[in-house]
Amino acid sequence: MNSLNEGMYMEHILDLYKNPLNFGILENADFKERCFNPSCGDEVEIQAKVNSNKIEDVKFIGKGCAICVASASLLTDNIKNKSLDELNNLTREDMMKLVGIEVGPARMKCITCPLVSLRNGINSFNGGQNARS
Amino acid sequence: MINITKNKIERLREDFPILSRKINNKQLVYLDNSATTQKPMQVIDAITDYYTNYNSNVHRGLHKLSEEATVKFEESHEKVADFINADFQELIFTKGTTESINLLAYSLSSKLKKGDEILITQMEHHSNLVPWQQIAKSFGFKLNYIKIKNDGTLDLDDIKLSKKTKIVSCVHTSNFLGTINPVKEIGKIAHENNSLFVLDGAQSVPHMPIDVKNIDCDFLAFSSHKMLGPMGIGALYGKKELLEEMEPFNYGGDMILEVRFDDTKFNELPWKFEAGTPNVAGAIGFGASIDYLNKIGMENIKNYSNELTGYALKRLSEIKNLEIYGPLNPEKRGSLISFNLINIHPHDTTSLLDDYGIAVRGGHHCVMPTMKLMGLTGSTRASFYFYNTKEEIDYLAETLEKVKGVFK
Ligand SMILES: Cc1ncc(COP(=O)(O)O)c(C=O)c1O
Repeated sequence: MNSLNEGMYMEHILDLYKNPLNFGILENADFKERCFNPSCGDEVEIQAKVNSNKIEDVKFIGKGCAICVASASLLTDNIKNKSLDELNNLTREDMMKLVGIEVGPARMKCITCPLVSLRNGINSFNGGQNARS
Repeated sequence: MINITKNKIERLREDFPILSRKINNKQLVYLDNSATTQKPMQVIDAITDYYTNYNSNVHRGLHKLSEEATVKFEESHEKVADFINADFQELIFTKGTTESINLLAYSLSSKLKKGDEILITQMEHHSNLVPWQQIAKSFGFKLNYIKIKNDGTLDLDDIKLSKKTKIVSCVHTSNFLGTINPVKEIGKIAHENNSLFVLDGAQSVPHMPIDVKNIDCDFLAFSSHKMLGPMGIGALYGKKELLEEMEPFNYGGDMILEVRFDDTKFNELPWKFEAGTPNVAGAIGFGASIDYLNKIGMENIKNYSNELTGYALKRLSEIKNLEIYGPLNPEKRGSLISFNLINIHPHDTTSLLDDYGIAVRGGHHCVMPTMKLMGLTGSTRASFYFYNTKEEIDYLAETLEKVKGVFK
């Protein structure tokens, strides 16, 4: 793998940045939670509808870099019909696999920001019982 | 004093070993000087010399090492004080700008009454905003802001002072917009209202001659690491009569004359504000950085900075779809330029520039409220010092075109 940062900017990432998937407002969402990345001021809000403890529909809004927007696109596209318990176990490694790139510490937050929003959302949906960092 | 010519810069650059580093097999182009500057060998050597040859505590031992360290430590105080035309007793060493402003905010809070007002600007670094905001919350003061105009300068017609405004605090050179504020004028307005005038000099002291008597500020805060010196040391200047009336911020050793079980007599200035074992190595390094800057001459540094910034403004404004923030007149701005490539996030720009060995900063630059006001979440910032060259700016401009190419 290319050790230059340019290696992160693959075709599919740039496409998702320009045309993000599942971008917009979800009416009647069961949870909405944000993640704030203080190092750049970016925000991603994940909105989801839950049915029988599974994600029925999901969208995101917010601002971010190419890595963050691609990550939010792919995350939201891959979690429909998955159970909240299963999603609670997603890791940063899963995110890198999903997005298809490796990132160093400088950009880790960009790729994990949508995941943190999702976890916060699931957590608040569960009434704060499944708190995990 | 030596004029800064191309040859001169080449020779000065040799004093900075890091500038010959390679990043990704490319020559490092260091354009993140507003965050921190690089250190010349003269500074590194002064610190090494202290730890190698006369490391010891100051102001307490009677042995030779302590005597040498104390002399050097106090000499550094004197050099930094002279550098801004302050008296020895008026210059306190702190950890840096942030600590200087915290010291002031907490110490001055006991002089204010509930309902009193503090006036700052909409372009403050978090370190000249959060301390005032938090003491205002704790003690019931009101925090007001001077507005920014569309061109990135302050709206001086918007300075609303009342009898209750006790403190006016303002950044000299904005670390995001680059704006150099008319501080003499603001200080005059503050003083006519009997308000104290505080200046955040983190980005101005490194780049231009500063004379606190001429500016007539009551306090001035700055950091060593942004002017060739080490991290973990900086300064707070305060007018002597004001410092004398103020309560210390930290209590402990070194700041006392006499301690009894029931009371303490504080030490004289500046030591009254320097409790505990100080950062001696840092102070000595700071002194060495002042020597280095004086050798070049601050007037020369200012002129060269203006020239470089003017050139960078010209080169960057030739780039299509690049948006520059702050005043466009190089005389009115410090040596930094914040910008965005339209539709490219500053994180992406910064990462891609890094591939080419260019170090710039991308993010909110510790001015989140200012960013929000302008409808931004971040920017890329290129910031210069006297060791930067026009060739490096050309390289930045060419590489920004390549960044655009990735996103085309
Ligand atoms: C204008 C301004 N004020 C204050 C600071 C804080 O300085 P320090 O982090 O050295 O305390 C900075 C540093 O970025 C700055 O640019």
